[in-house]
Amino acid sequence: MDRQPLLSVRDLEIRFRMRHGDLTAVNRVSFDLARGDRLGIVGESGAGKSVTGFGILNLVSKPGYIAGGRLLFEGRELTALPEEDLRQIRGNRISMIFQDPMMTLNPVLTIGTQMVETILAHRAISRAEATAIALDRIRKVAIPSPQKRLQQYPHEFSGGMRQRIVIAIALLNSPALIIADEPTTALDVTIQADILELLLGLCQSEKMGLILITHDLAVVSQVAERIAVMYAGTIVEIGPTAQVAGNPQHPYTRGLLGALPQRVPRGGRLNQIPGMMPTLTRVPEGCPFSNRCTLCEEVCRRRVPPLEPKAAGCLAACHLLD
Amino acid sequence: MQGWRGFRKSYFVYSFLRDPMAMGSFLCLAILVMVSFGAPLIAPHDPYDSSTIDIMDSEMPPLWLDQSDARFLLGTDSQGRDMLSTMLYGMRVSILIGLGAVALQAFMGIFVGLVAGYRGGRFDAFLMRLADVQLSFSTYMVAIFFGALFQAAFGMGRYEQLAVPLLVIIIGFAEWPQYARTVRASVLAEKKKEYVEAARVIGLSPGRIMWRHILPNTLTPVLVISTVQVANAIMSEAALSFIGLGMPVTRPSLGSLIKAGFDYIFSGSWWITLFPGVALVVLILSINLLGDWLRDFLNPKLYKA
Amino acid sequence: MFAFFIRRVTQAVFVMLVISLIGFTIKQSVGDPLREITGISVSAAERDALREKLGLNDPFLLQWGRFLARALQGDLGNSFYFKRPALQVILGKAPATLELVFSTSLLVVLLSIPIGIYAAVRPRAWLARFFMGVSIVGVSIPVFLTAILLIYVFSVGLGWLPSFGRGELVTLFGGWQSGYFTSDGLKHLILPSIALSSIMLPLFIRLIRAEMKEVLETDYIKYARAKGLKPGRVLLVHGFKNTLLPVITVGGVQLGTLIAFTILTETVFQWQGMGAMFIEAVDRADTSLIVAYLVFVGALFVTVNTVVDLVYGLVNPMIRIAGRR
Repeated sequence: MDRQPLLSVRDLEIRFRMRHGDLTAVNRVSFDLARGDRLGIVGESGAGKSVTGFGILNLVSKPGYIAGGRLLFEGRELTALPEEDLRQIRGNRISMIFQDPMMTLNPVLTIGTQMVETILAHRAISRAEATAIALDRIRKVAIPSPQKRLQQYPHEFSGGMRQRIVIAIALLNSPALIIADEPTTALDVTIQADILELLLGLCQSEKMGLILITHDLAVVSQVAERIAVMYAGTIVEIGPTAQVAGNPQHPYTRGLLGALPQRVPRGGRLNQIPGMMPTLTRVPEGCPFSNRCTLCEEVCRRRVPPLEPKAAGCLAACHLLD
Repeated sequence: MQGWRGFRKSYFVYSFLRDPMAMGSFLCLAILVMVSFGAPLIAPHDPYDSSTIDIMDSEMPPLWLDQSDARFLLGTDSQGRDMLSTMLYGMRVSILIGLGAVALQAFMGIFVGLVAGYRGGRFDAFLMRLADVQLSFSTYMVAIFFGALFQAAFGMGRYEQLAVPLLVIIIGFAEWPQYARTVRASVLAEKKKEYVEAARVIGLSPGRIMWRHILPNTLTPVLVISTVQVANAIMSEAALSFIGLGMPVTRPSLGSLIKAGFDYIFSGSWWITLFPGVALVVLILSINLLGDWLRDFLNPKLYKA
Repeated sequence: MFAFFIRRVTQAVFVMLVISLIGFTIKQSVGDPLREITGISVSAAERDALREKLGLNDPFLLQWGRFLARALQGDLGNSFYFKRPALQVILGKAPATLELVFSTSLLVVLLSIPIGIYAAVRPRAWLARFFMGVSIVGVSIPVFLTAILLIYVFSVGLGWLPSFGRGELVTLFGGWQSGYFTSDGLKHLILPSIALSSIMLPLFIRLIRAEMKEVLETDYIKYARAKGLKPGRVLLVHGFKNTLLPVITVGGVQLGTLIAFTILTETVFQWQGMGAMFIEAVDRADTSLIVAYLVFVGALFVTVNTVVDLVYGLVNPMIRIAGRR
């Protein structure tokens, strides 16, 4: 029916204002997300994936700023929106889930306050009605005795419980999109799977779109329908999960997959990519991956490879693929 | 020589030279310290020598006003002493007491902080509780009380004779908790680190570990609070002198000069108060600005208690 | 919470015991209790008889116990100079000091919070830099010098405001003499309050700014913005409420400093409060009054600090829980 994507990111560029000129943290990133779709953004830390996520809501911390590109969400251009209109989208049409639930909830306010205020910021309803919604969402994330929980402070919850609360807060205004920035990284390994499953189930039942930002390729392939791989501020490969995870095109993605422990036969060595991702001040000219790529050729050092269709439904930025 | 060259090229000096505020306040402070300690050489008169003072010269305005006297650049006070000379000598007294008091409080505070932080347990809890309670009474209040107490115990005359060492003791004692808390906090942070564990494993004595291993690592915050503490001590001394619990008018500090001048402000002799006041503010301000810069530069984690 | 309350109050009682011990020791070693009652010209035999009768030859601890018992009944001895109970003298002077402290605190709270928050939110704005510059100069000027400068400019120079005394007073119920209800009384309050707040204001502005800046960088502030809350709510409910905790703690300690500084301010403005009275007592070697002031002000500090700690416990959910266990 609705052929227009929910979110369309075009040539997004985010820079950080530094004393000696700007640093480009996100370099001409483009992708689309259909209504109810789930996209995973994968990359090492510093690849620009979190900055991309925050950039969508114009929440990049200073001295970062959006230097260019377009962000079309539900037919509205977010980069041109006044701050007040943007505020009404935040937490309402687009919710965010942060990495560390220990740090995201305000320690001096009760869970109830922090939930109710999110509803009242966007809807003109009574406090009692808002509380009823909050209770409903807490039930949805499977936390027992919600009534009592509303009166409690964040430090009375365990890490996994807090992340459930954060997810419940994300659901409050029935958003069209949730951006989750490393939602399981700070949690115990045993809880990670539960939280992911909860998030996935809710996205499906509530028909919400999801952008899952993580460094963990295994996590993404469980949840997302499409995967974008970021390296040094650019998307190097994007495509359906089965394609990207099963038949990666870009040498970096291949390297990432090779480094996963579960892909290596018992007793074998992990195939780590040699070297480290360059810091933003030292991205090489040409292909940003060229200085670590085992296949690197002359052309890679001179020209930036464009993101082009390479295999079935898959785009990759590499000179060496056809 | 090598060391000096290294120091000159260091980042410390580099960033100092790039900060006009820090340079300016350092220069200002250096000049004030030099002229006050060189007072016997520089000052045109000797305010301690009563034979050169003539009461007929009292309340002369500074040179640029009517009825001034060419001998007295900044005028004279109510006893006929040359303001400039008296201020130079007075500043020397203020700085001396300030430094002495900080040396004492640093000694007490570092010792208590080290031992309390290293030992921990009840001993630590008791000392820190003591420090908290004393701090909650505010250092000024404690200093004023001890001043009042000593004055009552020694009698006015004897107190004035012993004023310098007594003030050092009073202010030093009033402020030791600041050091103790700072040092203890960084000792607690250092104690968890592996090198201390290692030193303990190889069987070094606690004294040696504290002195040679932990203490050097707590010195950055100590240095940072020391500048502020010197300014505070000078302020405390001035306050005590102002309420008559400090230096006597015969051997004035800046504070007692201000007090002496205050009585004459209504009769229009503003210079007796204003000049020492300005000197005091410039002195404290330059120390504070320098301390601010030092804190920003060294940026130690000033642990909160 | 209840356990926390009990612990805090026990501690307060303990501190008060220590203060009374110090006060009593001072009285024993410095003051001469006979002088309070008899004056100076009494024969040696009469003095000895009186000593025995007053129990001054009893053991130290017993005498301290008596001192405590009397202090609890409000008897802190007689002032040598005023020839009246010391506590009565102090209570007569207390309203002047308390009114001065109250208007100063009001000034500090009303100014430091908006300025501190503003300076934290817009650290680079020229107005914020101006405030910070003024505040570092402010902390470097001793309070008595500020007071003198204010008098010189506004009283001697311009003649706008009175320079000493409390002006016209109104007696309220219970004999509280207040300067709050006459325009003359309020006029007299202006300069002393400004002088006294000049030392606290910079400190609080810097504290609030520093704490607020730290809080504004936290994840939960970013999260509050990501929830789409209105900027005012993010700043005040999520930001300022978290800076409130350290500010309350420092505030409690600084109230002590404020009372200490009333001694200086009252001396300059000849404000007839406890501070000026204390300095006069020191000059007259009125030991009983000095000790009474120590105990009274000590009790005031301990009460305030205990209340502040309890309020802190109410604001800070962590302590509330720890106390419940």
